[in-house]
Amino acid sequence: MELLANLGDGFAVALTLQNLGLALLGCFLGTIMGALPGLGPSNGVAILIPLAFTMGLGPTPSLILLTSVYYGAMYGGRISSILLGIPGDEPAMMTVLDGHPMAKKGMAGEALSLSGIASFVGAFFATWGLILLAPQLVKIALLFGPAEYFALFALAFATLGGVSSTNQAKSAFAAMLGLGLATIGVDTQTGVPRFTFGEVHLYDGLDFLVAIVGLFALSEVFIFLEHRHGDADADSKKLTVGRLTPPMSMIKACTPTMLRTSVLGFIAGVLPGAGASLGSFISYSMEKKLVDKKGTFGTGDPRGVAAPEAGNNAAAGGALVPMLALGVPGSGTTAVLLAVLLSLNITPGPLLFTQNPDVVWGLIAALFIANIMLLLLNIPMVGLFTRVLMVPPRILMPIVAMVSFVGIYGISGSTFDLLVMIGFGVMGWVLRKLDVPLVPIILGTLLGNTMENNLRRAITIDNGDWFTLVDSPLSITLWAIAIIGFIMPLIVGRALRSRMHRKGEDEGSISD
Amino acid sequence: MSDRIFGLFGLALAIFFAWAAFQIEESFLSDEVGPKAFPLIIATILGLSSLFIALKPDASPEWPSLGRLAEILAAVVAMILYAEFLPIVGFVIATAAAAAYLTWRLGSAPLQSLIIGVCTSVGIYVIFHLVLGLSLARGPLGF
Repeated sequence: MELLANLGDGFAVALTLQNLGLALLGCFLGTIMGALPGLGPSNGVAILIPLAFTMGLGPTPSLILLTSVYYGAMYGGRISSILLGIPGDEPAMMTVLDGHPMAKKGMAGEALSLSGIASFVGAFFATWGLILLAPQLVKIALLFGPAEYFALFALAFATLGGVSSTNQAKSAFAAMLGLGLATIGVDTQTGVPRFTFGEVHLYDGLDFLVAIVGLFALSEVFIFLEHRHGDADADSKKLTVGRLTPPMSMIKACTPTMLRTSVLGFIAGVLPGAGASLGSFISYSMEKKLVDKKGTFGTGDPRGVAAPEAGNNAAAGGALVPMLALGVPGSGTTAVLLAVLLSLNITPGPLLFTQNPDVVWGLIAALFIANIMLLLLNIPMVGLFTRVLMVPPRILMPIVAMVSFVGIYGISGSTFDLLVMIGFGVMGWVLRKLDVPLVPIILGTLLGNTMENNLRRAITIDNGDWFTLVDSPLSITLWAIAIIGFIMPLIVGRALRSRMHRKGEDEGSISD
Repeated sequence: MSDRIFGLFGLALAIFFAWAAFQIEESFLSDEVGPKAFPLIIATILGLSSLFIALKPDASPEWPSLGRLAEILAAVVAMILYAEFLPIVGFVIATAAAAAYLTWRLGSAPLQSLIIGVCTSVGIYVIFHLVLGLSLARGPLGF
């Protein structure tokens, strides 16, 4: 009952004209960003953060705008997967397998609307999962002391690279690089400058927004410059969409698939380091094993379209659980959302639910609203979004770059930050070439200070005894999971990854 | 091969980071751990993972040809120039120039590029400055 009352309060927060407007704007922009190959949820959200700040939005409205973009991008990714056979973003990779063949058979409209419905179902159940699971996780998190938090952060880093990266050493490298970048600046506890080399601009530390926008958005521009000829240029061939409603029988046939994959996707999303890409991948694989008796998967089977779409949208909702309840994001985009919260001076984690219930429940209510808006936007108006796909990257990419500059300049007004952002853009490009995952870097710069503070607090409380880090059952458990999470992919992950990578031969690893 | 170089570079970075951490002047009022311990832990793991990368390299990525590399370098220079000139010439002019350059290098025809650049710049100016009220760099001409 308390839950429904909270949810009611949340709707009261979310149902103001401004917030509804922001949700609509977010859904619209998100769908476009998801649909455009090369712009995914994480860089989409990243370039909009500065906008939310400079518009002077409060915490709840900013979050509503940005999570709508997040959900929207999850919807939008399917559009180019189905119509062009190019995934609009990484989580939509699996949708290509059956979606594009369906479009070739002249059933593009059915595929689009069916996948829209599947997205809705996945996101809807995941939002309920978030409501039910997050408060339970908060109860556990309230038992955490500094030592347990330190272990939890270690766990997040250890598992983050797990599934998505191809090389554990590289994801460890990335995490340490991020943490190292976070230590630049004046030490918060003793006030001595660290790694500033006398540069005054560095005393405040590096702004993680600058790092995020540089790594995600600018590096994408460099990737496009490298390949220039724009093989991703929307071909001039006419896209025929056809009828926009799937027959009832098709929906009926897909319902069990959607329900199963929603659950599976949600679980994949909650697990640290997995995210939406894994959600759609295991959803598709499971359904293929379970229902594909006649071997129609891969040739345009509607269930093969519904499964990954329900799966990735459910995972998107699931990934919000650890971010809100523990303050430890499990995927790239939720890491970016965490950056938003931190910049707004809101500390996510268990206290968020007691101190800022309006933010949490307002956000959850907004997710429901955004999901309905997205369904409405995506089925009748899908034609509009398909037209956006016609914008060639040669025009789009300069716009992305310029908007990134505008946003960062809008926050700080300093040329120095722009130069740092360009530096991060180049670094992002090189690291993507070398297959080093970028998400741990972001997470490191975001969490570095909190992680160090928890470490130092834990040890100071125990008068300098380092063994305090492993002297409670809870922290031992967390360390054990961290170690297993780091080693497991070395053994079992290889097969899974190679399959995933073979299916979506794609450069760089900005996972959802 | 790329990974070996990358790993060695990472190792150098880790050593440099550790060296810089030792240079941190400790304040006399310090907590039990102090400002050096955490960076040193990071440097250690950074070094170890770099060592692994260097010893067990993945297959080399496909590096772009020299021409493409120069292309990227030129874009970086253009962006740096953009950042430097932004406060001097103002947002609209700087952005039009930078956007025109980028779209030209991405394959638009020269004249078309100019038009796209100006449209991008004016479009962003209108949406972000006039509609959303974001403060953008003001040039000598007032925009």
